[in-house]
Amino acid sequence: MSAVRVLVGTRKGAFVMTSDGKRERWDVSGPHFAGWEIYHLKGSPADPNRLYASQSSGWFGQIIQRSDDGGKTWHQPGTPAGEPTTTPEGMPKGESNKFVYDTSPETGKPLTTHQWYDGTPHPWEFKRVWHLEPSLTDPDTVYAGVEDAGLFRSTDGGQMWQELPGLRGHGSGRSWAPGAGGMCLHTIILDPSDPNRIFIAISAAGTFRTDDGGKTWRPINRGLHSLYIPNPTAEVGHCVHRIAMHRSRPGVLFMQKHWDVMRSDDAGESWREISGNLPSDFGFPIDVHPHEPDTIYVVPIKSDSEHYPPDGKLRVYRSRTGGNEWEPLTKGLPQSHCYVNVLRDAMAVDSLDPCGVYFGTTGGQVYASATAGDSWTPIVRDLPSVVSVEVQTLP
Amino acid sequence: MIRVVLPAHLRTLARVDGEVKLDVEGPATLASVLDALEARYPMLRGTIRDHVTRQRRAFLRFFACEQDLSHEPPDTPLPDPIVSGAEPFLIVGAMAGG
Repeated sequence: MSAVRVLVGTRKGAFVMTSDGKRERWDVSGPHFAGWEIYHLKGSPADPNRLYASQSSGWFGQIIQRSDDGGKTWHQPGTPAGEPTTTPEGMPKGESNKFVYDTSPETGKPLTTHQWYDGTPHPWEFKRVWHLEPSLTDPDTVYAGVEDAGLFRSTDGGQMWQELPGLRGHGSGRSWAPGAGGMCLHTIILDPSDPNRIFIAISAAGTFRTDDGGKTWRPINRGLHSLYIPNPTAEVGHCVHRIAMHRSRPGVLFMQKHWDVMRSDDAGESWREISGNLPSDFGFPIDVHPHEPDTIYVVPIKSDSEHYPPDGKLRVYRSRTGGNEWEPLTKGLPQSHCYVNVLRDAMAVDSLDPCGVYFGTTGGQVYASATAGDSWTPIVRDLPSVVSVEVQTLP
Repeated sequence: MIRVVLPAHLRTLARVDGEVKLDVEGPATLASVLDALEARYPMLRGTIRDHVTRQRRAFLRFFACEQDLSHEPPDTPLPDPIVSGAEPFLIVGAMAGG
């Protein structure tokens, strides 16, 4: 019988929740890495027992954790306790938390500064990994989206990381600026039909695409309109919160922007608004039904300064028409006095039938729907503030 | 033998309980003790000092015999009671909370 494993990152640790295919009873383990911020953890599509986690702290910096047994045990790749720190040849073993921007003359140029909040130039400073995206085919290859915005890749199971500098250095980097949460690269989508095509999104720069495996990049933000930047239709500078794709239709992208829900039917070449009848088109996460490419989910939030649901009612909105026509999903969700937020990486879908939809809140609830969103029940109610939710569908 | 007291989260990462005891080659300085610590526990690299600049992370401090050595240069010799193991070298996280 199928099972699901929900991976939850919070401000004070990680939690792993498992259930059989009915998704009624849950086993919850954690907190793993107690006391640390867990921005993201995600499993490899090629090996569901291989998990990666981003563990960070203002005191101690970045740690990468890896599990090879589905989250039962974890280790820092490349740094086993009590073993020599160098290989017999004298080379340093992996330093899995070493994220150093490429400054080499050959590949790291042109080096730029980005903009600080006040528009002054500011050097790139690594702060943390926001998002880990394992390869679709190789458990040892994983991408990391980091703050300050950059894209790194490991091909040895997280032991060593190299920047893909073509993104940061492609030309517009000088005009990137941080959003309120920092200048983060938060979304990485690997195209299942083309291993050389990757989409990423940065707050607040926008969406970018490579068609050559990460060597060169270009912004794909035509059609975005952002009133909070000097030129509302600028090529870069948009605060894209999240993008999502259905793997059967990789040319169609859905976006939750700072304001506006958007859609592209040409792999990001152009975008059009699909906010339609949403009570607010501000929000953070967006996701796509696993079996219905035109069924999408968002969680409307009142405004950019009021980060809670409109009217104190926690509502997921579902469109079955690829946007514009939205229905509220409220059964089992609090419909009064609810002032939590749902962050950009805190929603996920499983691939069972009917599909499961999961999201976590800044109030510490993780809600699950085993009915594609028709009704919801909390798996847990009182975790630390939830930063990320991922789900694995297991055989 | 030099005794080092780590913050709780770093003890968890290093998978040790209580103090860490290190043999340090040559003169015991801030840098040589941290080098020995990171060599013995490579999972601590980057958590106390930056990987590249070797600068102390902003929210950590170093104490020895009630002296704050956080802002001293890396080649600062450690006091004799630290070198002899009579007193521990303290790596302390800056206070936070409420």
